[in-house]
Amino acid sequence: MYAYDEIDRTLVNERVSEFRDQVKRRLSGELTEDEFKILRLQNGVYLQLHAYMFRVAIPYGTLATNQLRALAHVARKYDRGYGHFTTRQNIQFNWIKLAELPDALEDLAKVGIHAMQTSGNNMRNVTSDQWAGVAPGEIEDPRIWSELIRQHTTLHPEFSFLPRKFKIAITASDHDRAAIKIHDIGLRLIKNEKNETGFEVLVGGGLGRTPFIAKTIKHFVHGRDILSYIEAILRVYNQYGRRDNIYKARIKILVHELGIEKFSREVEDEWQHIRNSSLQIDDEVIEDIRSRFTYPAYEKLPHMPDELRQAAADPDFEAWRKNSVAPHKVQGYSIVTISLKPIGAPPGDATAEQMDALADLADKYSFGEIRVGHEQNLALPHVAKRDLPALWKALDKLGLATPNVNLITDIIACPGLDYCSLANARSIPIAQELTRRFANHELANLIGRLHINISGCINACGHHHVGHIGILGVEKNGEEVYQITIGGRADENAALGTLIGPGVKFDEVADVIEDVVEAYLALRERPEELFMDTVKRLGVEPFKERVYATR
Amino acid sequence: MTSPLEQKKIKIAGPSIVTANRTWDGIVVYRTAAKSWSVDLSEAAIVRNSDEAKALLAESVADDVGAIGPYIAPVQIGDDGKIVPGNLREQIRRTGVTIGQPAQV
Repeated sequence: MYAYDEIDRTLVNERVSEFRDQVKRRLSGELTEDEFKILRLQNGVYLQLHAYMFRVAIPYGTLATNQLRALAHVARKYDRGYGHFTTRQNIQFNWIKLAELPDALEDLAKVGIHAMQTSGNNMRNVTSDQWAGVAPGEIEDPRIWSELIRQHTTLHPEFSFLPRKFKIAITASDHDRAAIKIHDIGLRLIKNEKNETGFEVLVGGGLGRTPFIAKTIKHFVHGRDILSYIEAILRVYNQYGRRDNIYKARIKILVHELGIEKFSREVEDEWQHIRNSSLQIDDEVIEDIRSRFTYPAYEKLPHMPDELRQAAADPDFEAWRKNSVAPHKVQGYSIVTISLKPIGAPPGDATAEQMDALADLADKYSFGEIRVGHEQNLALPHVAKRDLPALWKALDKLGLATPNVNLITDIIACPGLDYCSLANARSIPIAQELTRRFANHELANLIGRLHINISGCINACGHHHVGHIGILGVEKNGEEVYQITIGGRADENAALGTLIGPGVKFDEVADVIEDVVEAYLALRERPEELFMDTVKRLGVEPFKERVYATR
Repeated sequence: MTSPLEQKKIKIAGPSIVTANRTWDGIVVYRTAAKSWSVDLSEAAIVRNSDEAKALLAESVADDVGAIGPYIAPVQIGDDGKIVPGNLREQIRRTGVTIGQPAQV
């Protein structure tokens, strides 16, 4: 966990007071909506279909148990008893009242939570690997660098009025769980030949209306130079990025139009002016941040405790363990992913009761720490293997032990037209129906790793472009129509999916996905060949034929 | 931000209303003939041509403290005079999400 200092606490508290005054002036009519809008957005407050939506930052996806309890409290006291974890490691509340928002923010501030950098055309909340600091083989904890960037960018005037929003993600593992290639800047922690820590820097990734996979702009930037290099990128973006057309304002468009070579030359020129400035990071700064991250006092535990050996006889436990439990860097411990994708439920939602109970379990079994992943699941990062059977039983009672992590029912979905004012079509009911169709976990396991991502509009909050199967809802002649893509992925081999054919109606989507899956099962050469391998081997044609032959 | 009134043309294809979200709590409201806001669609003022729509929108925009983001939305009027939303988006805004909410399931 990271311990905030007095500067952070003061900043967060002052922000609450400031927003309380702004809300008061808005409700009295002293501020018009035009004047107030940017202020509320800077505090994570959107207007959705039915109500205001309040998006709360969870920097790099790390939560302490008192923070999760505070989120549960907000859900219970100010909302309708639940929250929605997002694809950017944040949480959203869908029914908040503007008049009560300052109180909600004040309650969150008591545990160091805020809503800065969750909306608006600024540097957004930095995201990272939800297994940061515990994943075997990672270069080092990427949250140290995430925190450095957070401190540097929070309320930084140069980053507060960008042409558009700007997102940075960091990973430190070979396997990218942070989806860095679909971010404006993606950072991959690496070591150079001198064993110095630095970053491969990628730029220009993003989804939405015009999706691009990020390109490597520099193969190694020393850690001490990362702030100046990011700032150089931002300065080039600020100078050349388009402000006249919202659809062409993201840095991905600029990188595409200039070309990565020209863009990188511009950045290099800018960087040479500032790299030896005060932006160069002293080792002491990094060490100070590192010292504020506390790590558990792990016990020396056996690799295979008796409790785990005995529980392995229970097929239900094994089904859960196989999909939800991952290796930890410390022997005797595991990382446990908590599925927020129960069959038939909205993906990513958790009730206040579940949040409170999960906080208790994290205190008991995970040294008081919870993580949020961009796949809209949670994780307990430090679970002793001996505790896995007891944890599983407790999670099962809470409805949090669905054994579907990374399987076809572990669906990413945006709120869609049920909540979102930008959406053209519903996402959640499509996800719900698909989870019912594939509710049989044996079937889901037979299918193997398969990610379905659903967005209710072209803005792509559900990351449909990079779903193994992507579903995009659009509106056509007053009806919801869904376009299906296959072959996308968000990991280190990130790729955009390919459209398989004309859109299909709401009622047909689940049938079409069943056809795609049946085609895969018939086409794969062996059970170990994953859906993505089959698509890579055969392309989209066989799937297209299967889906449209009878339609 | 472009004001709805700055739209060059306001075209409506049938009976329409003005809807927005109430400022203090964000809930869906409809502009009434009494120059107020109501949570009840049956109390919404109906407009049937562009001039009427523009006028209703103008007075709604002017009431910036009462509600935010006013816009014109289509409705259908049944034989019994009942007003129903004219598209799925407005149907969802009127009746709520089409899914169970977790805390209620």
